[in-house]
Amino acid sequence: MLKMQNVGKVYRTDLIETHALRDFSLEVTAGEFVAVTGPSGSGKTTFLNVAGLLETFDSGQYLLDGSDVSRLSDDARSRLRNEKIGFIFQSFNLIPDLNIYDNVDVPLRYRRLKASDRHERISSALELVGLASRVKHMPSQLSGGQQQRVAIARAIAGDPSFLLADEPTGNLDSLMARQVMDLLEQINEMGTTIVLVTHDPELARRAHRNVHVVDGQISDLKVYETRPARASTLGGASA
Amino acid sequence: MYAYYVRLALKSFGRNRGLTALMLGAIALGIAVCIMTMTVYHAMSGNPIWWKNDRLYAVTMDNWDPTRPERPQYPDLPPAQLTYKDGIYLLGSNIPERKVLMYARQSVLTGGAAQRKPLPVSTRVTTSDFFSMFDVPFLYGGGWDSSGDQNALPVIVLSKEQNEKLFGGINSVGRTIRWDDHEFRVVGVLDAWSPTPRFYDLNNGAFSTPDDVYIPFGWTRTLEQYPNGGDTSCWRPEKLDTFADFLGSDCVWTQMWVELPNRASRERMQGLMDGYWAEQRKAGRFPRPRDNRLTNVGQWLKDQGVVQNDNRLLVGIAFAFLTVCLLNTVGILLAKFLNAAPIAGVRRALGASRRQIFIQHIIEVGVLAAAGALLGLGLGALGLWGVHALYVTNSQVDTVADITGGYQQLTHFDPISVFWAVVLAVVSALAAGLYPAWRIGRVAPAVYLKSQ
Repeated sequence: MLKMQNVGKVYRTDLIETHALRDFSLEVTAGEFVAVTGPSGSGKTTFLNVAGLLETFDSGQYLLDGSDVSRLSDDARSRLRNEKIGFIFQSFNLIPDLNIYDNVDVPLRYRRLKASDRHERISSALELVGLASRVKHMPSQLSGGQQQRVAIARAIAGDPSFLLADEPTGNLDSLMARQVMDLLEQINEMGTTIVLVTHDPELARRAHRNVHVVDGQISDLKVYETRPARASTLGGASA
Repeated sequence: MYAYYVRLALKSFGRNRGLTALMLGAIALGIAVCIMTMTVYHAMSGNPIWWKNDRLYAVTMDNWDPTRPERPQYPDLPPAQLTYKDGIYLLGSNIPERKVLMYARQSVLTGGAAQRKPLPVSTRVTTSDFFSMFDVPFLYGGGWDSSGDQNALPVIVLSKEQNEKLFGGINSVGRTIRWDDHEFRVVGVLDAWSPTPRFYDLNNGAFSTPDDVYIPFGWTRTLEQYPNGGDTSCWRPEKLDTFADFLGSDCVWTQMWVELPNRASRERMQGLMDGYWAEQRKAGRFPRPRDNRLTNVGQWLKDQGVVQNDNRLLVGIAFAFLTVCLLNTVGILLAKFLNAAPIAGVRRALGASRRQIFIQHIIEVGVLAAAGALLGLGLGALGLWGVHALYVTNSQVDTVADITGGYQQLTHFDPISVFWAVVLAVVSALAAGLYPAWRIGRVAPAVYLKSQ
């Protein structure tokens, strides 16, 4: 479902060129839970931004659900992002002046769903993360863990094919981090593909496989057998 | 989706109340100043009968002193009025579709249902076409027929205000009142009518109030009274022992307008005037070079100095001020929008396209513009009220029109001004918001998602 082949991404200024991704190749199949680890500046977030269609790339090929995304217009990329991808960020990125309900509503608005359909999806997503009773609360009235659960509800409300999570537990204490990871595992078990970027080897071990990135390339790949294998075949990776 | 964007705009205003107030104030102030100057300019330069601009013509002939023009400030213009005898001659022509010869008198009215004390009024002594030619609206009755142009028909038309004073606003057609020492029958009551500027007779100021009552021109000879409500100018020593001497003199005191429907009729009318001029010149009149004019209303207002350069300058300054206000607004909008770039980044990550982010923000500007227009209208009204208060409190109410040129009449909104104010506010604020909205649509979302 996500296939990158020899993808390259270079950031240029007047003085320097930084190769954030070099010949980056990775395939993630439906239902997988893949952890991406690596030191700071290794290109993990750039990979996530390219995968999430937030950034373009300079070379290589990226197929999302079989379609080549490199030549899509901004409108088409945005539509694809809205329908197929859910994001979870380290700093939650909830919109501060919208209440919980309206925050979860944001991606659904851009999909132009009917109000009744949106309401149903928002209610189920908030139910799943255990915050159905907090719909009128503002983000500032919630704890960090609760805010991240709202962000997860927002990410899954549109029923995306896969979730991209960038250090989703980075701002949480260990108890809340565990709760969030449990929730992500639960969502993955329901069939959503997850790509998780993290520094934490313990968290990475909860994925099906761990892709280690150094200097914009995949340097190591581990497949964990401790979790039951998903119905779908695990994808391979090459660097 | 647009309703959603409006809701987001309102939330955004709440998030940055200070900046919102600044922008709103800047837009509203700019708009208010423009409204004030445009309202004054519109009233002072507007053609109140524009729909007949290519049909109505002021008739002038230069009969003046060969050594100096009638008005030194307008050396290239003939006198704005005609002599009685020239007016009467031209009135006899069948070329114009309609023709009006007239002058103003001050008189006294008595009678009426309210049995008021004698009421000083401004009277227009005019030929019968006045009402149809200037599209004067009637509330009750109508004018008189053309027999009144030659004969002293005892009929009178009242303005709406005079009918209110004399008869409490009821249909007074058929009632009798005394005008000076003569009994008149009311044949018509005008509806509200106040052409601004009062183009047809500028003697008492372009913005003076319309006349109170109207009587047939045929009364001129019968009354044998010199005109006392306008301007009478004479340039050479003449024998003026009797009223007949006055009527035959070279003094100018009547205003003449004709309605000429097409170019051919204008050319024929011009030919008539030039022919008459040549004939009179042979008889020793018209010592100055030939200058017989048919001037349409728009040109008439310019020629007579109703539209002055300082008014145009004022409008220019007002628009420059609006531009400065809008440039400030651009800066504030840019700061506000870029301050909210992380939120735009989140929306982009959640599926909003650049176009949608642009539309969301341009709608926010539109809502701001609408609020700015409302506030600007309020401030503009306050400013105009201030102009009104300034002039009225500085002078006697009864004579304010004379002293101020009728400024108090300008200090009210007309629907056209309101319409243009709203259009101006929305268009100018949208123009101011285009760049900031475009910029926020171009933010790279990834930059903000990690750092928010």
